[in-house]
Amino acid sequence: MSENHIELKNIHKSFGPKEVLHGLNLSVKRGHSMVVIGGSGSGKSVMLKCILGLLSPEEGSIHIGGRDVTGMSGANRDEVLSHFGMLFQSAALFDSLPVWQNVAFGLIQGKAMNRKQAKEIALEKLAQVGLGADVAELFPAELSGGMQKRVGLARAIAGDPEIIFFDEPTTGLDPIMADVINDLIVDCVKRLGATTISITHDMASARKIADDIAMIYKGEIIWQGTAEEVDNSGNDHVDQFIHGRAEGPIQMDVLKP
Amino acid sequence: MNFLARLGALVLDLLAEIGRVVLFTWDALTRGSLPPYYLRQILTQMVRIGYNSLPVVGLTAFFTGGALALQIYEGSSRFSAESTVPSIVALGIARELGPVLAGLIVAGRVSAAIAAELGTMRVTEQIDALVTLSTNPMKYLVSPRLIAAVLTLPLLVVVGDTIGIMGGYIVSTQSLDFNSGAYLKTTVDFLEVRDVTSGLIKSAVFGFFIALMGCYHGFNSRGGAQGVGRATTNAVVSASILILATNFIMTSLFFTD
Repeated sequence: MSENHIELKNIHKSFGPKEVLHGLNLSVKRGHSMVVIGGSGSGKSVMLKCILGLLSPEEGSIHIGGRDVTGMSGANRDEVLSHFGMLFQSAALFDSLPVWQNVAFGLIQGKAMNRKQAKEIALEKLAQVGLGADVAELFPAELSGGMQKRVGLARAIAGDPEIIFFDEPTTGLDPIMADVINDLIVDCVKRLGATTISITHDMASARKIADDIAMIYKGEIIWQGTAEEVDNSGNDHVDQFIHGRAEGPIQMDVLKP
Repeated sequence: MNFLARLGALVLDLLAEIGRVVLFTWDALTRGSLPPYYLRQILTQMVRIGYNSLPVVGLTAFFTGGALALQIYEGSSRFSAESTVPSIVALGIARELGPVLAGLIVAGRVSAAIAAELGTMRVTEQIDALVTLSTNPMKYLVSPRLIAAVLTLPLLVVVGDTIGIMGGYIVSTQSLDFNSGAYLKTTVDFLEVRDVTSGLIKSAVFGFFIALMGCYHGFNSRGGAQGVGRATTNAVVSASILILATNFIMTSLFFTD
């Protein structure tokens, strides 16, 4: 169970003259929870979008389960994506559909399951994230931020995916709700035995859900280790980040008054 | 020199945009022709694009027909040719005004709505979320709208033609002292099948551009509320211009033997 499930080698991605990823390497073992930490604009989201195929890197290769998925498209890409789930930072729920149809969306549209059966699964997944059947008929706009995140989580796990991505799962939530989401993530991931990549800048969240931690800085992974090792990484960048200090090797582009 | 450089940049931008639209269209047509087909989506869009546009298209056609009758009566009476009113109203509505005005009105209504909806879905990551749920956004969002618009615009124009001719008839018989039976007989005798079918073919083409521009600009909107607003404006303007330009081209193709 220790082979690499997701492997990124030497990924380069630019937008116009701005190179966001340059030579990013990352490997995630099957069944492990990898948390990628890093500041705003360090390329975390772009990395996830490259793996999903929403963006295509200019250079480098991406392997999932030993299969080269770089530049894959059409039916092959759909097949690969059918093993994925993703929780978006803004939850990205479909606001034209009620909650249960959001959760069941991948089952009904992607996997052509009949609606009645899909609804049962949706209700079951909603229960797993602590939401009752009364919420199922509401529309996303009627929910609080924390509830939307939980619906997003239920949608991400609805298809029993092998790989789940969490894009800043706790951003914008109060500390208690953030911890509830962290618990749910740990719980859901264990239940499914899925491989996960989370990106976050919330260290409390990272410590809670991570098996392994990697730090991204200026489009490269500058440190990778287990969650226990992060406090003794011996890396100045990591130390500065996990302690949240303004002074250190990482300089923000802020003009001093 | 500066002026030439700017002109060149403008031309290059325009060509690049045309290239992007063509690629988008190609993608929509090739992907859209492959299963799965989202019937439910097609029906929903037919109601939104076609059925919901009926009142505004009907009103436009009615008043246009009425005004047309008044104008032609006034103009033709200068050389005692008042009897041409029914035939010119019928011809003008069926060949030109029916399809073009319905196209422009629906462009304002529907292109804007599509661009705003898809644009919002883009900036809130809902389109990315579709991809992670193994649903191709081209197939799920774009194709149903294209199909619905191409199918419903001719139907709208049939209704619009009828109401437009009726508007001319009501004005002519009520305020211009035309004989009711003679007016209708002239209209029916004079209209040829191709007068109507050419208008229907035109309207199907307009429907395609209306949905295409809405989808294209919505899909490519960037940068929050302002970006969505820009996408909406661009969709309506570009759809209207395409309608007027292709109308001219099609008229010259259909009616110059």
